[in-house]
Amino acid sequence: MVRVTHWLTVIAFFALLITGMEIVISHPRFYWGEVGNVMTQPAFTIPIPSSRGSVPTGYKFVMPDENGWSRYLHFEAAWLLVLTGLVYALYSVGTGHFRRNLAPARGERSWRDYRDVLLRTLRRERPDASEAHSYNAVQRATYLLVIFGLIPFVIWTGLAMSPAFTAAMPWTVEALGGRQTARTLHFFVSWALVLFVVVHVTMISMAGFRSRMRAMVTGRAAAREDA
Amino acid sequence: MNPLTRRRFMTAGIAATAGVAGVAVADRLARRYGLLPPDDGGIYGPGETLTYAAQRVLGRHALAREFPRSMISASPFLNPVAPPTDAFKHSQANGFADWRLAVDGMVAHPGSFSLADLKAMTARSQITEVACEEGWSYIAEWIGTPLSEVLRESGVHPQARYVAYFSIEHDWWDSMDMGDALHPQTLLTWGMNDGDLPVGFGGPLRMRVPRQLGYKNVKYITRLTVTDSMKGIHDGTGSAAAGGGYAWYAGI
Repeated sequence: MVRVTHWLTVIAFFALLITGMEIVISHPRFYWGEVGNVMTQPAFTIPIPSSRGSVPTGYKFVMPDENGWSRYLHFEAAWLLVLTGLVYALYSVGTGHFRRNLAPARGERSWRDYRDVLLRTLRRERPDASEAHSYNAVQRATYLLVIFGLIPFVIWTGLAMSPAFTAAMPWTVEALGGRQTARTLHFFVSWALVLFVVVHVTMISMAGFRSRMRAMVTGRAAAREDA
Repeated sequence: MNPLTRRRFMTAGIAATAGVAGVAVADRLARRYGLLPPDDGGIYGPGETLTYAAQRVLGRHALAREFPRSMISASPFLNPVAPPTDAFKHSQANGFADWRLAVDGMVAHPGSFSLADLKAMTARSQITEVACEEGWSYIAEWIGTPLSEVLRESGVHPQARYVAYFSIEHDWWDSMDMGDALHPQTLLTWGMNDGDLPVGFGGPLRMRVPRQLGYKNVKYITRLTVTDSMKGIHDGTGSAAAGGGYAWYAGI
């Protein structure tokens, strides 16, 4: 179940990332606070052409408008992410996956443990065989941050942009400091998740891409990693 | 490889049956309580249906956020529209004295209202945010006649489910369910920030649906059609925005 939900999340993540970028292109300006538009000062802009002629980007080029299908797919993939996350959470609480595999392991809770893992990784030491079957201290902390921090926050900041959702639950946007702040934070958290995915895939490559992929697809990990 | 034991087989069978039965029950409930949007088909249908149904269950009567007067945007963004048609320019030259809002479809008294008729009815004003699907937004005060007032005067049939609204501009129309149509903040808007609604912002008459995104707020409204199904209206998709690939429900 952990593996099935992992791969469903991968599908949802890439659908959300690509469509999210398409939507940003229609207004590549970001603001703090409640409101923001081309008549107000942006906090920052992304130096790309826009898919809307009404946005002053400095480029004399208007990109094609892909927002229609992008928005349909963005919200459908968001549902896939949320529902998959619920199944994963229920399953993980029920089977003790969180407690057993993700909560910091006994005897691995000091700063030294985290530092040692980082040093071993930087020296590009091969992980020892035990790590094929369990996560080290840094992995556990990172996965917990993503599962209980970044993903819930990206969903929250997304919902805080919904006019009907914020009508029903105004505090979801007021607590963030406004609709445009929610949008800007949504953008930042998305990049934090991209950073996680890049590091995650890099680490897998260092540990042996094919064997790790086989493990995540089939559920079986070889004791010796030379595939 | 684990053999496909009898226990695993039965567990999978029960799970699959429960899943299919669950979807079937959800579909029946969604139909009964009107939780299916007009664009519930196709590959994006499941996502749209979940979004629309969830919002209707979560806050059918919730009010859009209103803001203090101090937060009204000093320079709201004027989203450019295509040059107006001759029909619009003709009415504009007359100061919109001949502007009519026709009401037809499933109503006891089909007819039409002038701007003066609308302004003589109960007015409501609200300070709400316009949020475009592109990401930008602004806050303004909107003054108008609640759509629910016009529907009440026209005598809406109880089986009505949608209100379609049409612009004087060619191929610009949209629709909403009765939940939004009877919502107190849904206004046939003729005033903005203590003055007449400027033409650039949709004057003389704009549909304002603050619980949905900007593109549902069609400008230059001249006709309403009350119906129990979007199938008979234009291409049946429920809006002109669907032609551009945009979702019917924009409350997300």
